[in-house]
Amino acid sequence: MAKPKPRVKLPKSAAAGEVITIKTLISHKMESGQRKGKDGKIIPRRIINKFTCEFNGKPVFTCDIEPAISANPYFEFSAKVMESGNFKFAWLDDNGETYSIDRPITVK
Amino acid sequence: MNLTRRQILALSAGATAFAASGLGISIAAADAAATQKNIMAFTGGKTPKSGMITLTAPEIAENGNTVPVSVSVASEMTEQSYVQSVMLLAEENPNPGVATFHFTPMSGEASATTRMRLARTQNVIAVAKMNDGSVFMDKKQVKVTIGGCGG
Repeated sequence: MAKPKPRVKLPKSAAAGEVITIKTLISHKMESGQRKGKDGKIIPRRIINKFTCEFNGKPVFTCDIEPAISANPYFEFSAKVMESGNFKFAWLDDNGETYSIDRPITVK
Repeated sequence: MNLTRRQILALSAGATAFAASGLGISIAAADAAATQKNIMAFTGGKTPKSGMITLTAPEIAENGNTVPVSVSVASEMTEQSYVQSVMLLAEENPNPGVATFHFTPMSGEASATTRMRLARTQNVIAVAKMNDGSVFMDKKQVKVTIGGCGG
């Protein structure tokens, strides 16, 4: 599998106290561990098992994920921004890897 | 009891089919009891009330591999009163658990959208837990034309 590529969409700036919508997507097969390969053996599970979003180090939204989430997991949620700062998004893979991405936001 | 050969054959075929279907369910799908167990573990033994939470899912999903679902909970999302988490369940998937969203007052709104897999036509359940411990539930049936689990 190609290295998962995270993508995030959020506004560059917002008014103080505004609730913004954040859309995230990561390319990942989300192998459920229930499918069988051509050799008849079960393909081992490999999914993104956790997604987190932090703002200036404080948690905003986290999600525990089971194999029932579709391939290329997509999450849309909201965040209330009071000050300028940095959003950090992280996806945790079953194989122990973490894919993360940072996005700044300016409060006018 | 005297049975004709034809009756015996019909009976045994029926019994085999019944046993097979029973077995199929126990292996391939989580039953309502397992779903209930998950809900109880999440709520700490409380039975969720209806209201507050809205689950949005399509009535008919052509492809069970990607079914868009949204949850939203009516809450002010302040430090005093906010939604802690929302659990999504699918009654008849191989495992009922789908995802658990955790919110904070910084979320602003207790709403989230994702895409899930559904093995067959079934109920999708969303359970919300507030910071004061109260629990709410919503349920939607989604008809699936092509299942999304297994090969």
